[in-house]
Amino acid sequence: MRSTLPVMVAFISGIVMVISFFFNPERTFLGRLQDDILQWVTIVGGFTLVLGVFSIVRVNARAVARKSEGWFFKLMTVVSVLAMALPSILPTSVNSAFGKLFYAIFPASWGSLFGTGPGSIYDTLFIYVDSPMMETMFATLAFYIASAAYRAFRARSAEALLLLLTACLVMLWRIPMGEAFLRLFSDSLPDYINMYVMNGFNLSVQRGIIIGAALGIASMSLRILLGIERTYMGKG
Amino acid sequence: MKNILSRNIFKTIIPSLIIILFWAVSALGQTDSATADSSLSDSIAAMTGEVITSAADSTAAPVGGMFRTDRVAILVFMLIFSSAVLLYTRWARKGKELFVRKIPGIAAVEEAVGRATEMGKPVLFIPGISDVDEIETIAGLSILGRVAKITAQYDTPLSVPVRYPMVLAAGQEVVEQSYLEVGRHDSYDRDTVRYVAGEQFAFTATVNGWMVREKPAANIYMGAFFAESLLLAETGNAAGAIQIAGTARPEQLPFFIAACDYTLMGEELYAASSYLSREPLLLGGLKGQDFVKVLIILAIILGIIMTRLGYGEFYSDIFDVS
Repeated sequence: MRSTLPVMVAFISGIVMVISFFFNPERTFLGRLQDDILQWVTIVGGFTLVLGVFSIVRVNARAVARKSEGWFFKLMTVVSVLAMALPSILPTSVNSAFGKLFYAIFPASWGSLFGTGPGSIYDTLFIYVDSPMMETMFATLAFYIASAAYRAFRARSAEALLLLLTACLVMLWRIPMGEAFLRLFSDSLPDYINMYVMNGFNLSVQRGIIIGAALGIASMSLRILLGIERTYMGKG
Repeated sequence: MKNILSRNIFKTIIPSLIIILFWAVSALGQTDSATADSSLSDSIAAMTGEVITSAADSTAAPVGGMFRTDRVAILVFMLIFSSAVLLYTRWARKGKELFVRKIPGIAAVEEAVGRATEMGKPVLFIPGISDVDEIETIAGLSILGRVAKITAQYDTPLSVPVRYPMVLAAGQEVVEQSYLEVGRHDSYDRDTVRYVAGEQFAFTATVNGWMVREKPAANIYMGAFFAESLLLAETGNAAGAIQIAGTARPEQLPFFIAACDYTLMGEELYAASSYLSREPLLLGGLKGQDFVKVLIILAIILGIIMTRLGYGEFYSDIFDVS
């Protein structure tokens, strides 16, 4: 039953989605079923958030309790999770849910600190701590690209040399100074790079990969739908 | 009951036939006259319990019946594709030998886990950073099942950080089932699959930190990846791990190719679970896919010829979908 039920659910949901795709939502309820199912996916997803919070707190709290290596950082993780989550769900005024009870204990002036509005604890932490850290992580990508390019563009073979030359041309074409440099040789050179390299070789290969991937998706979806493929449940 | 669906796969063509029947019925009901259109929508409204409050409501719907005639091309393709996959699956069931080319990246998975076992270091598996409603994530979880079986057999530590709670639940189920199937349920740790962060770069920072500290011997990335692909793969490379990646996103493939030892491109990701399991039924699906690929190539060649002959517009209209 543990494996039959998920397969049955996958089959029924999948068939409903397929049928719904071919029906007019303005004319029949069959066309609207797709949206209804997708709403249920969102609702179920919302409930699973609790699982995520439990997992992150349990794993890190256990390490803190055992005083294992790096326990202080794990403690900071738990504190960070609670610092972002708790103030955002506390009532913002007496009129909010549980507001009367909460503001019988705490001063009403604290209301602006809770919730997710401007000036709240959540908002302040998000703007001044969370966002800058995310941007820093993304900015480090430039250095990673440099080190990866250094390895990828070493001319150790004829193919690698071709890749290196193509990469140099595309990089020159992408920046205004490089484009001006290319125009010294020929006014049409940047257009040729765009036409033959980017919209020619590059696009044709990308389309080949996309068509292959689309067929892979369709094939896997069909196998899952019919219960042939159960490896996503650890079976087989 | 267990194999009820796979035993009767041809019966699943019935829903498709029902669709065609509906289409035929709705096509019969189609006329250009507003009266007929309105009477059709009235009868459907009565059927579905809808309330039409004004004449505008009955004419606001697109011209046509219940069936989306603008999607017939997709339906035809779907039927051809499904028939091809099911036909090859049936042949595979009957024991017909099917040749599937060797994919080095998939073959290297066992080698990578073996290396981790020899070194006494963990294996890192990331099933992408998308939610479970992405087919790439499901493909990643399928491969995770196979990898978990190997790590369970060799008693190698496995770590699976995830970004979505739904993937956490599915991943835990997959890994536990894999350990159970190889008779090593006693070695299963619930925190093998763990939720680390919901933010893309918070997730990346956590995983990178873990890689630098734990120095895993093998990193396997299978699923949907975005801007973090290179951050993960380069850190793994610097940590000295053997790396196998697979994604269907063309824009991320160059990064994985540059930083990983093996890369599964596009459809190879979806083929990986079938390839690893070696089950004839799943391999049959791959062959069906290849057959449709041949049809697409022929359609492209025919399109070129038709365009040269001046029938390009007519030909592209056949494939036009809204």
